[in-house]
Amino acid sequence: MGIYSVIGKNLAEVKDSLYHGRSGIIFDPARKALGFRSALTGMVDRPHLKGILDRRMRIGLPLQGEYAYISTLEALQHAGIEQPYLDAHEVGILFGNDSSALPVVESVDILRQKKDTMMIGSGYIFQSMNSTVSMNLSVIFRLKGVNFTLSGACASGSHAIGIGYLLIKQGLQEMIICGGAQEINPESTASFDALNAFSTRESEPTKASRPFDRDRDGLVPSGGAATVIIESYESALKRGATIYGEVIGYGFSSNGEHISMPNVDGPVRAMEKALSDAGIKPFEIGYINAHATSTPAGDRNEAQSIDLLFGKSKPMISSTKSMTGHEMWMGGASEVIYSTLMMNQGFVAPNINFENPDDATEKLNIASKTTPCEFNAFLSNSFGFGGTNSSLIIRKV
Amino acid sequence: MQNDEIIRKINQLLIDEIEIDVNQIHPAADLKKDLGIDSLDFVDLFVIVENNFGFKMKAEEMTDLKSLEDFYSYIIKRINPN
Repeated sequence: MGIYSVIGKNLAEVKDSLYHGRSGIIFDPARKALGFRSALTGMVDRPHLKGILDRRMRIGLPLQGEYAYISTLEALQHAGIEQPYLDAHEVGILFGNDSSALPVVESVDILRQKKDTMMIGSGYIFQSMNSTVSMNLSVIFRLKGVNFTLSGACASGSHAIGIGYLLIKQGLQEMIICGGAQEINPESTASFDALNAFSTRESEPTKASRPFDRDRDGLVPSGGAATVIIESYESALKRGATIYGEVIGYGFSSNGEHISMPNVDGPVRAMEKALSDAGIKPFEIGYINAHATSTPAGDRNEAQSIDLLFGKSKPMISSTKSMTGHEMWMGGASEVIYSTLMMNQGFVAPNINFENPDDATEKLNIASKTTPCEFNAFLSNSFGFGGTNSSLIIRKV
Repeated sequence: MQNDEIIRKINQLLIDEIEIDVNQIHPAADLKKDLGIDSLDFVDLFVIVENNFGFKMKAEEMTDLKSLEDFYSYIIKRINPN
């Protein structure tokens, strides 16, 4: 696993932040100056890659590609995989990514100013496409297996792991680098801010993202990148790899209703499918990493969905978005990593800022504080615009 | 701009913008084989030349440039035609 997030630039830092309930949310004055309704955002430094990657590899990488390069380096190292292994085997890559706004804006700005496409240069095309992350990383790491990007809104990273799991289960690939990446810049979130979906609690940035809390008033956009190496059990055994978790269930569904308003039925069907695929009962899930982004409607619907399926067993629940903000295209992958770290370290990270439930969220067993907890399986939810839903179940091996 | 000044400026741009190793830069160097300048780098050279020398390179002329010396001569001719 590898992570580059607003709560830590590697696994050790992230584990520490999760344990201590640290927020990565800031107030960004540049957004206010641009006319944003909310200037809140998760923030992480831009990686310095000069001297690490050559110019040709760097100029095709957008911001989220840089994050993803760092998270993938850590994941490969964490998995004990070096370049000679990648050169000798058919390793694939599936990443979740659903925008690359900044290079599109910058290249069109150049065109409008210079009136000459030749003045755009050679890098922007490779930065601008949604497939930019898988496109670039497959070249940098000289990968020879499956190679594409999944765009499934805020469930992109989760679907990437799910599809990777299915390809391996089908015997079509032995190992796939999966993950999700999300750019952090005003250009990518301006039109989202226009929907009045972001929290405006600007006086208290670290308290703004408060999933499931009665006084939540919207999400906080965020980003970074997360990478997991998934492989067949036989491949892991052969390599003598440490196995941090086993993907045992993937469920997906579409709400079939509104483009932005969530419902209860779609998430229920995704979770049911994941449980069915995993061949386990709800009581065997010890922890749920909720999608809950801190919007009034989204959290309410997810709370009702979870209660319908897990109302009797009442597993521990938290939304790590309370600390990270909404990592959007990255979130489905990063939240699998956060939850796997918790499962292996025996704790549930707090849903910070959960102070008062409402009538829907009071039915859930939400961890408002860091809770020591041994669990053998968790479920991670990710939902997105268009009503796309993804649920993954990971088990301790 | 004097010719030697143009050559110094080209060399510095190749080092700073295309990240060519300073030790590889000599007039006889083949742009592709020795300096590793590929078709994508030529696209960036177009931008670099216009931003730093103030004229547009013509795509059909660029195909005739084989060595660094060819490149120097081309830029010098465009800046100092006489």
